[in-house]
Amino acid sequence: MAVLDPVGTEKESALAAWWRHFRYVVSENPVTLLAFCLFGTFIVLALFGPWIVPFDPLASDTANALQAPSWKHWFGTDNLGRDVFSRVVVATRLDFMIAFSAVALSFVIGSMLGCLSGYYGGWTDRIVGRSIDTIMAFPLFVLAMGIVAALGNTVENIVYATAIINLPFYTRVARAEVNIRRHAGFVDAAKLAGNADARLLAFHVYPNILPPMMVQVSLNLGWAILNAAGLSFIGLGVRPPSPEWGIMVAEGATFIVSGHWWLALFPGGALMLAVFCFNLLGDGLRDLIDPQRRT
Amino acid sequence: MTAMPEIPLLAIKDLTVEFKTRGGVVEALHEVGFEVYKREMVGVVGESGSGKSVTAYTVMGILDRAGRATGGSANFGGFEMIGARERDLHELRGREASMIFQSPRTALNPIRKVGAQIEDVLLQHTGVHRRDAKQEAIELLAQVRILRPEQRYHAYPYELSGGMCQRVMIAIALACEPALLIADEPTTGLDVTTQKATMDIVRDLTSARNMAAILITHDLGLAARYCQRIVVMKQGRVVESAPTEVLFRNPLHPYTKKLIKATPRPDSRLEDLSDVAAEAGMAVVTKPSVAEADNPGRAPLLEVRGLVKEYPLHEAAERRKMIDRILRPNLTPPPSTFRAVDEIDFTVAAGESIGLVGESGCGKSTTSSMVTRLLDPTAGTILFDGEDISAIPARKFARHPLRAAIQMVFQDPTESLNPRFSAFDAIAEPLRRLGAPMDRAVMADTIAELAEMVGLPNELLTRFPHQLSGGQKARVGIARAIALRPKLLILDEPTSALDVSVQAVVLLLLDRLRRELGMTYIFVSHDLNVVRLLCDRVIVMNEGRIVETGNASELLSNPKVDYTRTLVESIPHFGQTPKAPQLKVVKV
Repeated sequence: MAVLDPVGTEKESALAAWWRHFRYVVSENPVTLLAFCLFGTFIVLALFGPWIVPFDPLASDTANALQAPSWKHWFGTDNLGRDVFSRVVVATRLDFMIAFSAVALSFVIGSMLGCLSGYYGGWTDRIVGRSIDTIMAFPLFVLAMGIVAALGNTVENIVYATAIINLPFYTRVARAEVNIRRHAGFVDAAKLAGNADARLLAFHVYPNILPPMMVQVSLNLGWAILNAAGLSFIGLGVRPPSPEWGIMVAEGATFIVSGHWWLALFPGGALMLAVFCFNLLGDGLRDLIDPQRRT
Repeated sequence: MTAMPEIPLLAIKDLTVEFKTRGGVVEALHEVGFEVYKREMVGVVGESGSGKSVTAYTVMGILDRAGRATGGSANFGGFEMIGARERDLHELRGREASMIFQSPRTALNPIRKVGAQIEDVLLQHTGVHRRDAKQEAIELLAQVRILRPEQRYHAYPYELSGGMCQRVMIAIALACEPALLIADEPTTGLDVTTQKATMDIVRDLTSARNMAAILITHDLGLAARYCQRIVVMKQGRVVESAPTEVLFRNPLHPYTKKLIKATPRPDSRLEDLSDVAAEAGMAVVTKPSVAEADNPGRAPLLEVRGLVKEYPLHEAAERRKMIDRILRPNLTPPPSTFRAVDEIDFTVAAGESIGLVGESGCGKSTTSSMVTRLLDPTAGTILFDGEDISAIPARKFARHPLRAAIQMVFQDPTESLNPRFSAFDAIAEPLRRLGAPMDRAVMADTIAELAEMVGLPNELLTRFPHQLSGGQKARVGIARAIALRPKLLILDEPTSALDVSVQAVVLLLLDRLRRELGMTYIFVSHDLNVVRLLCDRVIVMNEGRIVETGNASELLSNPKVDYTRTLVESIPHFGQTPKAPQLKVVKV
């Protein structure tokens, strides 16, 4: 009988299998392909933005202020003569950092709370549930404003505020999904195999709720970017002159009346594309992470 | 049977259906053909994937969008159903031909009263006036033998049992007096007694109305009891079609023979199934048992004494009781708990195989959960090998040394496997958690050996559950359960989700494993015929109590308690000839 070596053979083929699966998911749905392409572009811009832009995003050149888009300045220049294209590209990193760290925070904390309350039920569920309800009772953007105003006007606090207002969604999705699977046959089987509660939750139940959570993550990323930009727009969080889409839209808004539309349009467009991309990404991410789709 | 009329009501000819899938185009039906005449019930029998449901769906024009009829015809009373316009089909469905489905609870709209749902069909397809619709609906409920139909008219589906929901579905299907009724596995998931009641209604009502019926089922016994003619299907083809008696007396096709052989009968023995297993590529070793099966002097492995499980009926009632106790201490509180298991005692000797039988809700699953220590009993003791394991809370038992000694095979092989674990990991999980530490190579060898024991090909070990067939998943479940060489193995309806031929293989496998490893079995099931094959002794439960205990074959042939007798008589099998339909039913 051939000796089975699942570890050795699996490792090599796992990456190849994953890549094959990725290609299948992408080829199945052109919208997913578009979303992944957009996402890839944003990631490249976020990583290498400062090196690929033609101008220093902070260098002002008052002689060339408020120039319309041209071959030299693709997106035109702003009231201080800064290149709008460079600023939009460089801002990608900051906006994505805020969104990713906020969503990562709320994902980790939210899914932990949700798992506990869904699995144990009873008082754990009641306490977690009512605390989450309290957060939900506020208009979320106003709550975020309040948190940033109270904690201080810094980028970290924007991250915390965005994480807190996103927490309820993760907690609720995780709670509901764990609750369905709490009495599934494979959970009982894992108990028979000697898994104590903590292990059971972490290694058997939790991985199975990842697909629906991924959809939530993707939708939330778009929302978090919008939220961070919104806070900056009203003057909280990121401070000028650092390039950030929300501030750029806010600054550009005053110039729309005078006919300088490009100041607000391009950062606004970038924001829209980013949110659009994350919203489309959700289904693709779920298909990617769901083993049932793998054949 | 009287002479058949010349023209069949439904004539299916050379029907071919193709499905578009990820792997390309798959032929689901290949030149299927059979006829249905007036006043007869035809059974379409086959295992899962044989195309029996696809045939019915194609004829009714409700096939999935991925499927397409590429050839053949289905003539229904002069009307061609294949390729007919949706508008014409819509008129036909419900009025001329109707269908009842597998899960009645999901087929009914959960937020509407059942009476209103019957009225809908009446108003849409018949000329019944709105004023009389209610009376008509109540009448229909009475015809499907629902007690107190005036009150049930106002019931919602969740308030009715599964069997009653199926009766409502039958009432809806028959509301317009169609000429043809197609019943697609109408009794799956129902108890044997409920199954009998439901099928009796179908038989009596269809024959009273001179209707034709098609019964799609995987259960040869059921088809034998109710159908005059049987069509056997395999992999999208009709392999044999004959009158019931002829088919069972003289089956021509090898597949039919195999099916008949694999179906447990009241008088069949485990050895009778061995041909089926041999054909499936499984060697049947008939070794003498390790533990002497009929030695009465053995020490008991498991002793259950006065076991009780109570559930609170309602949380609010519980709270009220608490308040009452403070405010009115003299008042005796009303019973606010429901006893799922009511003081049962039994003993299982080492090496014995015992069956736990009863209908759904009788407490057999609760009992097995308590014995496996997944559930804490309300009262009573469970002695395992002399140690009182009921004293250890279920939460702590997962890490208890005795955990390895009590394992279980679950009812649903799909649901009991973690979708994110490969077959290898699923079998390895108990060894990693509870077994002695071993390095990778030893672990791989152990798993390969276990896979070989249960007849699972080695190359399937890297697959995930959704890439395995039902029988393969069942084997993974069994390999996982025996990985730790438990002393006691609880089998919770391990074959109920499997086809008969797979069931035969799994039963033989379980029997062989027990003898080779010297395990003790508690076999939980509702199917007495299957239980008898594997068990020496049977415990019959009803409403949380043990009603009868005894030797398996004796209990089946000569039940002492009425409840057991009803249970035994309800099992359909093909030893009996189909009874002539009773024509004494109230005609509308």
